[in-house]
Amino acid sequence: MRKVAIYGKGGIGKSTTTQNTVAGLVEQGKKVMVVGCDPKADSTRLLLGGMAQRSVLDTLREEGEDVELGDIRAGGYCNSLCVESGGPEPGVGCAGRGIITSINMLEQLDAYKTEAGDPLDYVFYDVLGDVVCGGFAMPIREGKAEEIYIVCSGEMMAMYAANNISKGILKFAQSGVVRLGGLICNSRKVDNEREMIEQFAKQLGTQMIHFVPRNNDVQRAEIHRKTVIEWNPECEQADEYRTLANAIDGNDMFVVPKPLQIEQLEKLLMDFGLMD
Amino acid sequence: MTTEETSCEPAELTADQLKEEMLKAYPSKTAKKRAKQMIVNDPDAIPEIGANSRTVPGLITQRGCTYAGCRGVVIGPIHDILHITHGPIGCGYYSWLTRRNMVKAVNEGDTNYLQYAMSTDMMEEQIVFGGEKKLKQAIQEAYDIFKPKAISIYATCPVGLIGDDVHTVAREMKELLGINVFAFSCEGYRGVSQSAGHHIANNGVFKHIVGLDDTPQTHPYTINVLGEYNIGGDAWEIDTLLRKCGIHVVSTLSGDVNYEQIKNAHTAHINTIMCHRSINYMAEMMEKKYGIPWIKVNFIGADQSAKSLRKIGAFFESKELKDRIEEVIAQEMAALKPIRDRVTARCKGKKAALFVGGSRAHHYQDLFKDIGMEVISAGYEFAHRDDYEGRSVLPSIKVDADSRNIEELTVEEDPQRFRSDFVEKKKRLEAEGFSFSDYHGMMTEMKKNTLVIDDISHHEIEKLIKLWKPDIIGSGIKDKFVIEKMGIPCKQLHSYDYGGPYSVFTGAANFYEEVDRMLHTKVWSFVVPPWQKEAAGAERPYYAPRKEKREKENTAWKKTAEIPEEV
Repeated sequence: MRKVAIYGKGGIGKSTTTQNTVAGLVEQGKKVMVVGCDPKADSTRLLLGGMAQRSVLDTLREEGEDVELGDIRAGGYCNSLCVESGGPEPGVGCAGRGIITSINMLEQLDAYKTEAGDPLDYVFYDVLGDVVCGGFAMPIREGKAEEIYIVCSGEMMAMYAANNISKGILKFAQSGVVRLGGLICNSRKVDNEREMIEQFAKQLGTQMIHFVPRNNDVQRAEIHRKTVIEWNPECEQADEYRTLANAIDGNDMFVVPKPLQIEQLEKLLMDFGLMD
Repeated sequence: MTTEETSCEPAELTADQLKEEMLKAYPSKTAKKRAKQMIVNDPDAIPEIGANSRTVPGLITQRGCTYAGCRGVVIGPIHDILHITHGPIGCGYYSWLTRRNMVKAVNEGDTNYLQYAMSTDMMEEQIVFGGEKKLKQAIQEAYDIFKPKAISIYATCPVGLIGDDVHTVAREMKELLGINVFAFSCEGYRGVSQSAGHHIANNGVFKHIVGLDDTPQTHPYTINVLGEYNIGGDAWEIDTLLRKCGIHVVSTLSGDVNYEQIKNAHTAHINTIMCHRSINYMAEMMEKKYGIPWIKVNFIGADQSAKSLRKIGAFFESKELKDRIEEVIAQEMAALKPIRDRVTARCKGKKAALFVGGSRAHHYQDLFKDIGMEVISAGYEFAHRDDYEGRSVLPSIKVDADSRNIEELTVEEDPQRFRSDFVEKKKRLEAEGFSFSDYHGMMTEMKKNTLVIDDISHHEIEKLIKLWKPDIIGSGIKDKFVIEKMGIPCKQLHSYDYGGPYSVFTGAANFYEEVDRMLHTKVWSFVVPPWQKEAAGAERPYYAPRKEKREKENTAWKKTAEIPEEV
């Protein structure tokens, strides 16, 4: 079972990219589970055709209730399995602790198998934007995710965030098996975006595993609460996600990242920003 | 405390009526919940009791937290490993020598670290920036000073919130220092009571210590005593008695136990369990992995101690041992008889109630029974349904989210060390009627129409005392003074009020004498609050401030306070 975690700046397109990629994998018959690690609980909306799934942490609130895996794990597009950790509403509580508790609970419930008891091919942890405390690093602790993909764009802040996340990965990679699998560029139509991200990836020691073009089909599919592949399997964007899915499926480049200094990052932006 | 009228005759209420009286004060939702946790007993048809559920906010409970159950109860007594509390200073400080699990360093070179409290004393900086670095430094420092055999780390509440990965730190330091280092995720807020801490502790000890030393036993009769914490020296008395009979204790978990003994624990012939609640997990896991069977024993109370000895003798199937056991029992009973008879004559028929722990509320009933006293009500603080109703109800216990959150280890048969010969022996003995893994719970041994109360609250204790008027209550520090201020003696069964030991025959003698003293001391009759005296019209001294200055100073006192010349 391959265990993947998706990180990246808030709003960059992690949940969207993850679900669309998963659609590409399940279309081929792979058995995939998506675990949303965000108190917003919006990581499985497109696969389930809407939200309102009972979260793992909701089970903690009700006293004395039996916890059934079936209550917190739902089947989505093409038999993908969807779980939401859930967490506190904005402004209260501790979402980081919530993630720790949720992932432990999933292990206790033996959730990492299909309903028939077969092993999964993939589990994807979709982690919220800014890894601000130990809790959000839970998915990359020992025994959880082993490969990480960072979603970014050619915008400075997205790259800065990607670099920051690489620092976190470095820390865990040094004492464990987790590795960076690559950058996924979710295009914002920035000048020289592709070349810049390719160079950024190279400097980090990794690869840009795919360049996802910006396309309104993604938004259209989202409004319909679907992944692009489900909404319009023939369109170009659907093929982009299929390519990304295959790239991940066939990936064998897993590295310990080499985070950049801020000067290096700024130089990168200057070099590519000034090219015409 | 007010003298309020009740609508029923005191001490004549049935258990049902008492229960109703207790529930009257509660709002309906609380009353509904508490009603499930207060059961009128019927030993022949044991009713289901609600247990191991969340404490109701607002009820004053006896319970403690998961850190207490893990560091305080189960692992703390291990005296030659370092115990480092990772967290702000409070948890570490207030668990420093606050429990009477006693230790004796007997041989030259024995270490005893229990005098120390070690904490990483997390400050705001560590909470904000993470505490793993400080933890590593602390472990290094502790190792440099003490060079211990093992170090154990306890996570406290803030550690769980900020996500400090204590297990990875433990692994790294284990590799670096070359000694055993392991951590416990026993944050106080996990689970609903100390019980979660016990479970977490059992998992850790089983994973990290048991089984590290395969040196086989040469003694023919070896046992482990599990769930005995040597409060006031209980374990020492049990050990002495067993040695008299010719039985060798490989390890006691965890009273006065050392690290080497635990490593070797899996080589014993049989596990005997004193406290079912805190250690049943260990016994089950050891049976699954090594094939060692377990039985429930009770070394509290003379009759029960004899019964337990005989059961152990029956297990080993050795005439020599059985004869020796009978000899010892006869000797001990003979020595105990005069004290027991004297105390029974004075205490017979008096009423006791016990609300404590997860096992003591059951077993100490036998000490009272030894001297003819009647137990009218009892309950546990943090036990589960199987401790009340017996292990037969285990399959029907609902696992809720609070329990599901506590890790259950998956254990498999050890390919080299599993003792199939033990399994054969167990099967054979079972066919002959010997029962293993047998704990029938507290309610089978209580009389019909006694009242069983889980996680008793302050209000319920007050009602019980007012309406059923027990002569003595066994409980803990939190309610001791409430009870005594109401004029009833209270024997603490967690700390023994600095008395004890109370185990086996020698300890029983102590207990009988102390209960006799407590029941017959005159001091309780002097407990009348001043405002009750006033009602009878007694005059209260009244101090009025002087209006004029004192004219002549009173120097009479100076003469009497002369300090004698130094010799």
